[in-house]
Amino acid sequence: MPESLLQISGLDAYYGKSHVLQDVKLAVNHGELVLVVGRNGMGKTTLLRSILAFPPVKRRGSIVFEGCETSRMTTHRVAALGLGYVPQGRLLFPSLTVEEHLRFAASRSRGQEKAWTLKSVYDLFPELQQRSQVGGGRLSGGEQQMLAVARALVTNPTLLLMDEPSEGLSVQVIQRVKDVCRHLTSSGMAILLVEQNLDMALNLADRAYVFLNGQVVYEESGEEFRADRKRVRA
Amino acid sequence: MFLVKMCILNGFTLAALLFIVASGLTLSFSLMRVVNLSHGAFYLAGGFVGLSVLNASGSWLLAIGVAGIAIAVLALVEERFFLRWARGNDLIETLVSLSIAIIIGDLVLVIWGGYPKTIKIPEMLSGAVEIPILVVYYPVYRLFMLAMALVLGGGLWLFLKKTNLGITIRAGVDNFNMVAALGFNVKRIFTMVFALSGFLAGAAGVVGGTLMMLVVGEDWRILTLTLIVIIIGGLGSLIGTAVGALITGLAYSFATAYIPEFSLFILFLPVAVILSIRPQGLFGKEAA
Repeated sequence: MPESLLQISGLDAYYGKSHVLQDVKLAVNHGELVLVVGRNGMGKTTLLRSILAFPPVKRRGSIVFEGCETSRMTTHRVAALGLGYVPQGRLLFPSLTVEEHLRFAASRSRGQEKAWTLKSVYDLFPELQQRSQVGGGRLSGGEQQMLAVARALVTNPTLLLMDEPSEGLSVQVIQRVKDVCRHLTSSGMAILLVEQNLDMALNLADRAYVFLNGQVVYEESGEEFRADRKRVRA
Repeated sequence: MFLVKMCILNGFTLAALLFIVASGLTLSFSLMRVVNLSHGAFYLAGGFVGLSVLNASGSWLLAIGVAGIAIAVLALVEERFFLRWARGNDLIETLVSLSIAIIIGDLVLVIWGGYPKTIKIPEMLSGAVEIPILVVYYPVYRLFMLAMALVLGGGLWLFLKKTNLGITIRAGVDNFNMVAALGFNVKRIFTMVFALSGFLAGAAGVVGGTLMMLVVGEDWRILTLTLIVIIIGGLGSLIGTAVGALITGLAYSFATAYIPEFSLFILFLPVAVILSIRPQGLFGKEAA
């Protein structure tokens, strides 16, 4: 069996003294969309932050990305290995215009083949091109989400970490985000998607994990997960 | 009428000097939000280093360059080893940078002594020229400072607005960790910007020391003036610093000509008025 793109094992994570993730084991394979679900406060966001060493999370355990142990690396080194981050709340830069967001993020683009450039993200999100000179803080919720995705894409990651991308968005925009996720995985990018909106995420998932109180309590393939959910509903 | 013309010219050129001197602090304090109270000491030490270089080499431009580089190294050491760990903790930053300012002031006293010194105006910038429209003779060096401030302001604006590094710095001020999550070594970038602010302070020491005297104590006066300029203009805004320098320069120039006994009062009055109406300063942004 080929090695996973991301392999997490025995991961514990802390905010100060509070022990949030406990002995988490999780894997993401190349080109796969892995869904992480769970109610608020179950440690989903902490999982993504732990992968990126995003302060103030402290972590212990093993996180191997593309064969490289990253648990002792700083955020920028982990990100530079090929991780893109679409954070909850988007964390855009209010001082920067849309174009500036993309231009400076693209300057950290990895690899020789730069599939995602300013032009290709503008093709994907034409709205952003129309608003290219507008400040990051003055976009609508949907535009902000598109910019957050585009900002991660222009760094040409191999794995995209997405945290609640449907939060606060209209049904139409959620559909756009879903289409984009499908498009990305079909082009070979892996996605680790944290989502509470199961209706959005269910059909996309190749595999799914359920988090409860900082632990993985369920792990199944996408089909099994969808079938289980139908059974629970019935 | 002559007095008014001179007050305006002096006001503008003092504003130019204030802008040149405050430009380094604009990067470190106004933009990066590091409470950098060693800025005045950087200025003074830069002035004295430049003086020694000028005495040894006779080149004023070399003096500016060497002073800038020497203080950039000093600033780099301060940020890397003393300030970086305290990022975001204003109180610690204040105490650390204050301590370093006092240490630098004492070292300057030991090395260059306590007598006031001035840097000789270079030959090509000495003398006076007639300004056509105003029909007054005015020192070339002061006009040179005005041009230098414009070039420096334009250069900094282009750097922050148009270069990827400048955009990255602004993004880092907005959200430090998110910039790191895009793969940038934002800590190192901020250290380099702090060193650049040291370079500007050191070089400004030579430019300022050529117009005014260099003496221990001047470091605190310069720190106060530059803080006034930045606080009036508002944190995070280069335009704010320019406008703050203009207000301070013109107010001080007119006050010293017409009501010299109130010049300090006139200097601080805009600070009090502006801060009570707009606590973030004229062009300031709220801290991220």
